[in-house]
Order: sequence, then structure tokens, then C-alpha cells
Amino acid sequence: MTYLLQQSLNALQLGSIYALIALGYTMVYGILTMINFAHGDLFMVGAFFCFIAATTLKLPFIPTLLFSMIGVGMLGVVIERAAYKPLRQAPRVSAIITALGVGIFLESIVLVLYPYPQSVPVLLPNVTWEIGGVVISSIKIIIILLTFALLLLLDFIVRRTMVGMAMRAISWDKSIVPLMGVPLNFVISFTFFIGTSLGAAAGVMYSQAFPVIDPYMGVLIGWKAFISAVVGGIGNIRGAMIGGFILGIVEIMVVAFLPSTYRDFVAFTLLLILLIFRPYGILGKPRPQKV
Amino acid sequence: MAASTQNPKRLQGLRNLWESLMQKRWLLPVLLGVGFVLSFAIPQFNLVNPYIQLIMMYVGINIILTTSLNLINGYMGEFSVGHAGFMSVGAYIAALLSTRVLPVEWIGWFFPFTVLIAGLGTALVGLVVAIPSFKTRGDYLAIVTLAFLMIVKSVIENIEAIGGPRGIPGIYRLTNLPWTFFWTLVAVWVIRNFIYSNFGRGVLSIREDEIASDLMSVNTRTVKLQAFVLSSFFAGVAGALFAHVLQFISPRVFDIVKSTDMLIMVYLGGIGSIAGSIVGATVYTVLLEVLRPLQVWRFVLMPLVLVLLMIYRPRGIMGLREFRWFIPSRDLFARKNWHANREKKEVSDATPAS
Repeated sequence: MTYLLQQSLNALQLGSIYALIALGYTMVYGILTMINFAHGDLFMVGAFFCFIAATTLKLPFIPTLLFSMIGVGMLGVVIERAAYKPLRQAPRVSAIITALGVGIFLESIVLVLYPYPQSVPVLLPNVTWEIGGVVISSIKIIIILLTFALLLLLDFIVRRTMVGMAMRAISWDKSIVPLMGVPLNFVISFTFFIGTSLGAAAGVMYSQAFPVIDPYMGVLIGWKAFISAVVGGIGNIRGAMIGGFILGIVEIMVVAFLPSTYRDFVAFTLLLILLIFRPYGILGKPRPQKV
Repeated sequence: MAASTQNPKRLQGLRNLWESLMQKRWLLPVLLGVGFVLSFAIPQFNLVNPYIQLIMMYVGINIILTTSLNLINGYMGEFSVGHAGFMSVGAYIAALLSTRVLPVEWIGWFFPFTVLIAGLGTALVGLVVAIPSFKTRGDYLAIVTLAFLMIVKSVIENIEAIGGPRGIPGIYRLTNLPWTFFWTLVAVWVIRNFIYSNFGRGVLSIREDEIASDLMSVNTRTVKLQAFVLSSFFAGVAGALFAHVLQFISPRVFDIVKSTDMLIMVYLGGIGSIAGSIVGATVYTVLLEVLRPLQVWRFVLMPLVLVLLMIYRPRGIMGLREFRWFIPSRDLFARKNWHANREKKEVSDATPAS
């Protein structure tokens, strides 16, 4: 029982990180119907921004987090303007391939700057408590609470503010809504900013939880987060949160009770079974197909 | 641009020569004959150094992979990211056959059959993956293929009998230039004929509109099954050849990055075009080798080139177009008539189809 509690804490921590990255995928998809495959690498850049802020600038945790989120958010906006905006009218796959290219570009730039894996100093207070045999570390608690705060903030922005309303409107219809005076480019840039800065926040938290970072760390985590976005129903923000936590829980629980090499096998088999029964994800609605 | 303003006549002459050459029906057999002779002559007389021979083999393997992936992603309009998974199945079957199963004196002459068996085995796996594609489409099918890739990798890592995460070392180097040329030719020929046959029309109709093609009595399930099986067969063949060039395979070789490479080659060359696949695979493979002196910087430069190409030519180098000698003559006439009719129509109503 204590073992189970212990593992569920780990699962929540990993799930938080997946959920934050999955949000970036799902927001961009919702508004542009484009899969931003560079997102996993933006997560990695976020971790490296955290590394820079913590070592060369010697900032404490909260400024580091803000530095990374704003920096990567700006990077996301620049990427959108430079690489994706010219392709809005192009076939969908061209945008996807461009995103893959941007991802490789980011990996290689970071690889040029930091050829070796770097270890990030832990900025969060590291205290452990033991309650009834369950070891609780302050880092895990802070990561989980911070994630929930960010998710609530995002939910507030999307559902209660003007920008959020504009975002929802544009994801509903991209051609009519701008005619009503909604600034299309600003809203798309804003979506990219929010999505990528959430990815950067995930990167900072990941580098606090698992302090060794390298330029290729974003590839696998990015694809897995994409999977959790699809499990939740891609384009659906609450779905992405749920999907991220589900993937985190499944992965940790498989490792807890089976040999650790079975992790991907069991996780992806469950995913396939889930997609057979709910082909559009947990919260996704099937879009009617017309001829 | 500058050249065309300076001596437009000369450029026009070159262009005419190119155009008339592209229309010659004898071009294909001649090119093939020359290629076939060269593929024997080059290793025999060491016409080029072994490094370039190696790159030529990789170009051939990549052409097989790209053409077969183009069948799913370009012609059928799906987005499969699991092609490296098929490739790894083929590579493992072939590697196991030539290192564990067959007696040593057999593996040399048995090699073509090894490749064939690897392809057939992979085709069986492709049959399994085709089943989810009946219902799911688009991004969800992408996830299914991605999950397939991860599952294959995970399964291989967990079976100790086939080396687990350490892989299979010590595979004999049986892939040579003639065999690569032969299999590349078979792959391109079979897929090209498939595309221009009735089956291929079915595949194209699924890309354009699945429901409509269903209504037009295309059996979409059968067509999808055929396309997946054919595509995975050649992925398996490419994997088998690849294993016998590299001489060492492990699950790490066939990860998501390998799939990404293939996707880039397909979309660089252009979807829905076999010529595009050949051009894309060749350009990408050769360019990466040419840029090797730049070391890490080549992976900075390469994606930039890709992004610029996608912005200025979103359909890739040859998107939806073919070399003319590639298209069967029957089809060529149909296409000419179609263009002529369209021009007439455009003159009559001034709304061009987008």
C-alpha cells in the first residue's frame, strides 16, 4: 500500500510534465490543425534555458522559471512567424515536415552549443518527509502543485478572458472570425506563446526532477506527450491534461509492478486498445465527414 | 535568373533538349541497362572508391524505403510514422536467418531468398497494422503507427534470444551493388505498376476522398490492406539489405529518428511521385554525406534547407509530378487529353480549379 502511494506520487509528477507538454500540442492543433512536432524540442530548449539561468545568471527558481517560459515563448512565436506562417495555405503535411525540420534544427543548434549532457543545479528546496512509510520530497510536491496552478491559469485564460474567447472562436472557424475584427495573427502568436511557454515550464520542472539534460531529451518525451494529447482527444485542452496524467500513471505503474523494460510495450499496447474503443480520444468528438 | 536574361537562347536550347529527352520512350531501358552494367562494373574494377560505393548502396536502400513509404503517405494520403518499425522487422528476420538459422556455407547463395523471406515476414506484420487503418484515419492512424514502432522496438529489446537491447553483431556483408540495384529496381517497378493499375486507382481514390470512393464501389478495406502489405514488404526488403551493409543491428538503429529521416526524404522529393521519391532519397542521402566535413553543423544547415524548400515549394521537389518516361504510355495519353480538356474548359469559364 505504501509502495502504491509512493508510486502514485511519482506518477503524478511524470504525468504533470506530460500534461504540460501535451497542452502545447493540443492548443496549436486546435487553432491551426497542425501538429507542431518541434514542440518536444522546445521543451528541451526550455530545460537548457533553465540551465543557463541557473548556472551563468545564478537566478533562483521563480525567476528561472519565468526566464525560461518567456524566452521559449518568444522563440515559439518567432518560429511560428518565420516557418509556419508562410505555410498556412499549403498542404497540411508540408507544415508537419517543416515542424520536423525545425525540431532537428533546434536539436542541432543546442548540440553545437552543448555537445555533452549537462547537469542542472537543483534550485528547489529539497526536503523529504516520511509520512506512514511514504517518502515525500518537496520537489515532487512543488512540481505537482505548480503544474496544477498553471493548468488552472490556462483554463482561466481560455474560458474567461477575451483572448481565450478569440482563441476558441478561431479554432471554430478560421475564415469568418477574422472578419468580425478578431486579430488572427495576434491570436495565433498568443497561442504559440502560451503553448510553448507551458512546454518550457515542463522543461524546467523535468530538469529539476531528473537533473541531467541533453539535446535529444525532447524527442521521445515530445512524441509521448503527443500521444497523450491524442489519447485525450487532440484539440481538446482538458483532454490533453487528462491524457498526460493517464500516460504518466500507466508508465510508472508498469515500472512499479513489471520489469522496467516492459514500460513502452505495455503503455503503447494499452494506448492501441484505448484507440480501438474510443477512436477520437477520451474527450474528443468525432468530426462528421462529408463527401 | 541572371543567366536566363544574358543568354536566353542557349538556356532555351538546353531546356528543349531536356524536354525532348524526357519524352523518349527508350530512355528508361537505356538508363536501366547502363545502371545494371555499372552496378557490376563498379565493384569489379573499383571504378570509384569503396566509400562512394557504400553511399550508393545507402542511396538504393533509401530509395526502396522512400518509395514504399510514399505509397502510404503520398498516394494513399495517410501519415504513417512507423516505417522504421517495418524496416526493423525485416532487418531482424534477415539477420537472424544469416547468423543463427542457416548453415554458414548456405548464407552466400541463399541471400536473395533471405531478403525475400524478410520481406514476406514483414508483409505479414504489415497485414496486422493495416487492420486499425480501416477505421482510424489521419492523426489517429499516425499514432497507431507510432505506437506500432514503439511496440516493435520494445518487443525486440525484451527478447534475450535475439540479443535484446544489445542487438545482433557479426552479420556478413552480403549486400553488394548489383543486389542493391536489383532490389531498388524491383521496388520501383512493382510500386509504379501498382500505382498505374486498377488497384492503384483505388489507392488514389482513398486519398482524394474515402467516403466517395467507398460509394463508387472501391473496396477501401482491401485496397488499404494491399497498400500496407506492399509497402511493408519493401520496407522489410530494405531492412534486410540494410542489416547486411551495416553488419550490426540493434533496436536503437530503428528508432523514431530513422522514421523521421524517411518522412523527410518522402516530402523533400514530393508526395505522390515515384520520381520524387528517387530524387528525394538521393538528394538527402548524398547531401548529408557531402556536408560531412561540416560535422554537427550539417544538421543545422540541412533542416534550414528543408524548411526553406517547404516554404517556397510546399509540395516538395517533384510533388505529384513524374518524369514523363516513367508514366505508362496509356496513362500519358489520358493525361494529355485531360490537360487539353481542362484548357478548353478554362477558356470557356474563367474560374481555374484550385
